[in-house]
Amino acid sequence: MSETMETLPRVLLHQAQVRGDQPAIREKDLGIWQEWTWRQVADEVRALACGLAANGFKRGMHLAIIGDNRPRLYWTMLAVQALGGVPVPMYQDAPMAELAYVLNDGAIVYAVAEDQEQVDKLVESLDEVASLKHIFYDDPRGLRNYEGLVALDAIQEQGRAFDRAHPGFYERELAAGKADDIAIILYTSGTTGKPKGVLQTHGSFLMVGRAGCAFDRLGPRDRVLCYLPMAWVGDYLFSYTQWLVAGFSINCPESGATVTTDLREIGPTYYFAPPRVFENLLTQVMIRMDDACALKKWMFRTCMSIAKRYGAELLDGRKVRLVDRAKYWLGNLLVYAPLRDVLGLSRIRVAYTAGAAISPDLFRFYRSIGINIKQFYGSTETCGYTCLQDDGDVKLDTVGKPAPGVELKIASNSEVLVRGPMLLQGYYKRPDATAEAIDMEGYFHTGDAGYFDDAGHLKIVDRAKDVGKLANGALFAPNYIENKLKFSPHVKEAVAFGHGRDEVCAFINIDIDSVGNWAERRGLAYAGYTDLAQKPDVYDLIRGYIEGVNAELALDPALSSSQVHRFLILHKELDPDDDELTRTRKVRRGFIADKYRILIEALYAGRASQHIETQVKFEDGRTGMVSADLRIETVTTYPAAAMRKAA
Amino acid sequence: MADVGRSTGEVILKLERISLAFGGVKALTDISFDVREHEIRAIIGPNGAGKSSMLNVINGVYQPQQGTITFRGQVRRDMVPHQAAAQGIARTFQNIALFKGMTVLDNIMTGRNLKMRATIIEQAIHFGRARREELENRRKVEEVIDFLEIQHIRKTPVGRLPYGLQKRVELARALAAEPSMLLLDEPMAGMNVEEKQDMCRFVLDVNEQYGTTIVLIEHDMGVVMDISDRVVVLDYGKKIGDGTPDEVRADPVVIDAYLGVAH
Amino acid sequence: MTTVAATQSRANPVPDLMVNNIEVVYDHVILVLKGVSLEVAPGRMVALLGANGAGKSTTLKAISNLLGAERGAVTKGTIEYRGARVDRLGTDDLVRMGVCQVMEGRHCFAHLTVEENLLTGAFARRAMGKSLKDDLDKVYHYFPRLKQRRGSQAGYTSGGEQQMIAVGRALMSAPSLVLLDEPSMGLAPQVVEEIFEIVRDLNARERVSFLIAEQNTMTALRVCDYGYILENGRVVMDGKASELAGNEDVKEFYLGLSAAGRRSFRDVKHYRRRKRWLT
Repeated sequence: MSETMETLPRVLLHQAQVRGDQPAIREKDLGIWQEWTWRQVADEVRALACGLAANGFKRGMHLAIIGDNRPRLYWTMLAVQALGGVPVPMYQDAPMAELAYVLNDGAIVYAVAEDQEQVDKLVESLDEVASLKHIFYDDPRGLRNYEGLVALDAIQEQGRAFDRAHPGFYERELAAGKADDIAIILYTSGTTGKPKGVLQTHGSFLMVGRAGCAFDRLGPRDRVLCYLPMAWVGDYLFSYTQWLVAGFSINCPESGATVTTDLREIGPTYYFAPPRVFENLLTQVMIRMDDACALKKWMFRTCMSIAKRYGAELLDGRKVRLVDRAKYWLGNLLVYAPLRDVLGLSRIRVAYTAGAAISPDLFRFYRSIGINIKQFYGSTETCGYTCLQDDGDVKLDTVGKPAPGVELKIASNSEVLVRGPMLLQGYYKRPDATAEAIDMEGYFHTGDAGYFDDAGHLKIVDRAKDVGKLANGALFAPNYIENKLKFSPHVKEAVAFGHGRDEVCAFINIDIDSVGNWAERRGLAYAGYTDLAQKPDVYDLIRGYIEGVNAELALDPALSSSQVHRFLILHKELDPDDDELTRTRKVRRGFIADKYRILIEALYAGRASQHIETQVKFEDGRTGMVSADLRIETVTTYPAAAMRKAA
Repeated sequence: MADVGRSTGEVILKLERISLAFGGVKALTDISFDVREHEIRAIIGPNGAGKSSMLNVINGVYQPQQGTITFRGQVRRDMVPHQAAAQGIARTFQNIALFKGMTVLDNIMTGRNLKMRATIIEQAIHFGRARREELENRRKVEEVIDFLEIQHIRKTPVGRLPYGLQKRVELARALAAEPSMLLLDEPMAGMNVEEKQDMCRFVLDVNEQYGTTIVLIEHDMGVVMDISDRVVVLDYGKKIGDGTPDEVRADPVVIDAYLGVAH
Repeated sequence: MTTVAATQSRANPVPDLMVNNIEVVYDHVILVLKGVSLEVAPGRMVALLGANGAGKSTTLKAISNLLGAERGAVTKGTIEYRGARVDRLGTDDLVRMGVCQVMEGRHCFAHLTVEENLLTGAFARRAMGKSLKDDLDKVYHYFPRLKQRRGSQAGYTSGGEQQMIAVGRALMSAPSLVLLDEPSMGLAPQVVEEIFEIVRDLNARERVSFLIAEQNTMTALRVCDYGYILENGRVVMDGKASELAGNEDVKEFYLGLSAAGRRSFRDVKHYRRRKRWLT
């Protein structure tokens, strides 16, 4: 790659030169997919950059970006980088206090907000964030009576004037950028402690983007829907870096409420989603199937059992008997193709999931209906790039082989260690944390426990610090159990406990849509989430499902002691605003165990119910109380040997 | 509540000594008031006070037996509703008047009918002016959809929507005609507070962003006092009060006849 | 927020009215009530709250068996009055048992005088002679305005007076439970106050129980003892009126009051913040 393309904004310039008239970005607005070509994007970015410069923004400064995926927010990212500044995208659903922390930690002077909601949070934070001086916004809705804000429109206007008045300025700024300049600070929430800013360079992300594009043969003809939080490494890699590198088009949904429709209209060829998105999609399908007539249900079940047997084999290009191929062909006609269409995934060439372990059952489901979903493994610290599954070499329970350019080894304590050009430069203003994460040999300690299987695929067992032992010495991997539980459309979240204990117990969060629908069909009256969660019928439903999971666990000698003995259904949804989940919806195990200690004690003391009062934080920072008497129930477990005989 | 973003202009609608009767029954007696450009003008009063009749007089559904109506400097005589519409007056109704089987989009499109200029033949062959008009209409309708934040229900039949959203669609249809004056007959009746807040926000936005003059009948005194510039109070077909919300709220006659002590 | 279990009067052996998990379907397909349960203890005033379309009127109509006229039917659940099933009884039988409904929109006979309208209320129980006169006096005692206008045609009375006629007419059947549908609909704030005062008085002195469907949450919670909040055809919250009135969610979502007091309708934001699972 030539030196001219060593920063992301210079890659944009290259795309504008080689495919200037091709679509780069679309946004559904006024019911129509509005389109910008690469050349137009380059012009818009130039105007924005000059406008920011006109407003005093300089090389090395940090600019916060907060909002949904909007073209102008992506352009802002490029404009900031063009000036040698560092964009800091933030989670748009974070409450003010959380934003204030990042604004302070990131030494933010400039912020670009999407709309009134985000502006309000920034304005509220001004008391706590002394550094923040400039707030710009994209959507003027409701902001007419605010003072001291500037619209991005106006910034671009100023920028065009500035550009005319300072010929050559933009080109000089662009040329001054180097591959090892910091390109972005991505804050990771982590399952413990405060968020940390991960420093990544242009060079590392470009290396990863280029390697990924080559690996999956991504090109200008691909289409991506950008709907993931811009603050997440997943969006930064898939809808930003790879967009620029491959020259494909990214498409911004009309609103959060229309993503499903927009997905169908765009028909992406390349798609990335964390497991929970795939879980939710499946839950929606299951809810619809529950409401379908008996014939449709029968057809669905029959075809799905065919798919389960041959679908993945066909996708991997393995040999399948002709008669079974015919069955699958028929199933495709009747069920799989319409289903892919409903999901908006009918044109998918490559789909990825990562960010958390995906349940093998869920993974198999998508592959069996002909969607080429693969897994990869990575973290913000590695630009989201460590291991990849190759087409035709996909396994349910591994994350693939080390990606090109990655050195990977397993430490004696089974922790996965990584080295390579994609590693972070460090955590912003946190040399202590950096020193802890990167060892003397330059290996990054991922915190995940794993091993290589016989074929050289990496298998992640669990978060290293989560893996424990039951009192009898058997391995206890909570994530694994939780993922099995979460495969039920009725289970939204699960937290398993067992380290140092005689047996495994679990908290369950029901999925309000799915269980609500189930209750409605059965004429089961309920007054709300808390009430529904404590209905004996709902306990029966969930217990039945857990028993099924137990039966499966009993088949595996290593895991038969991990069967869930007792469980309770929580009275509230676990929520990032209450610090129970990370912004990317990972369970913060330690925090939960601490907060709900009384419930864990009740589970292990064999009590039949337990009263609990919990404070909840509303999105606008107010707090309220939820209280309930939680039922605790015992689940049937199976002796390991007996089950094996029966099977 | 001081408002920095807007100011009301000249009087554009003037009603002078209007009396209206059906058979022998007097619905409105000797009522005079005016509406200024860009203002939000509320009409309040108990049921049967003549509020809806008043709106019907303004948009030409009823012909008053006495009195004059001056709209934008022109004294009006015997106007019929579609003329009122052509002059830029649109209205919504107390009971939702939408086509329940049609989608939200199609319902809003009906609000554009008056704007159609192409002949039926041009429309039929979908040619030239008709095609341009259709694109223009669709663009305007989409603007309204965006404005009222109903993108996600564009293709949903109106009958399947909850009540509050149906009311919003009705407002959308009225807005599609790009009115300069909007008559709203109890736009928030039957809504919970959250829905009322949404509706208030949209009414204020229409008023401030497009400068649309709004005449509004509403029972919720919180809403009336918060969002209107001036309030007319009717009782038994007579005007018993007129002024800013604060003036009306303090008027002993109005308190006695309508508001009661709680306000 | 906590969902308070419906323990309003479990200590009382037999409530006046007990609605148990009823489901109502219109036109055989549209599920309007999805399992509504509620109780009215003797001598109590209970409010049925919620937005338009939440199912308040449908619940009342299900109780007084008026759904048939609207192609609706109770397809599940039971309704008991003083311990006896009443789901299959006609409106006349119910009135004789002491259950009387005042419909929304009042439905007075416009061409009859105020007094004639009141007298129609006594027909169902075939009251005669002295007791009829006593009942009329009682109505006039509580509604002195109606006495003044006893000879006027009902069609020429105000909305508030028509509402009084409708309630008065119900009283003429000497009910022990009155189902009141949207008494404040379309009335001036002052008149609403007046009518609720009278209803409260009737309840206190005559021991008539009331089940009142009402959108005017604030007023209803002030006069009633207990409240149920309906949303989308199901009870989402219930509790003592004072508790509901103090509940933060009720305050915010039904009364428009936040912790900082009522927020002006002018200052509403362009976005909502609400925990979806708490609804």
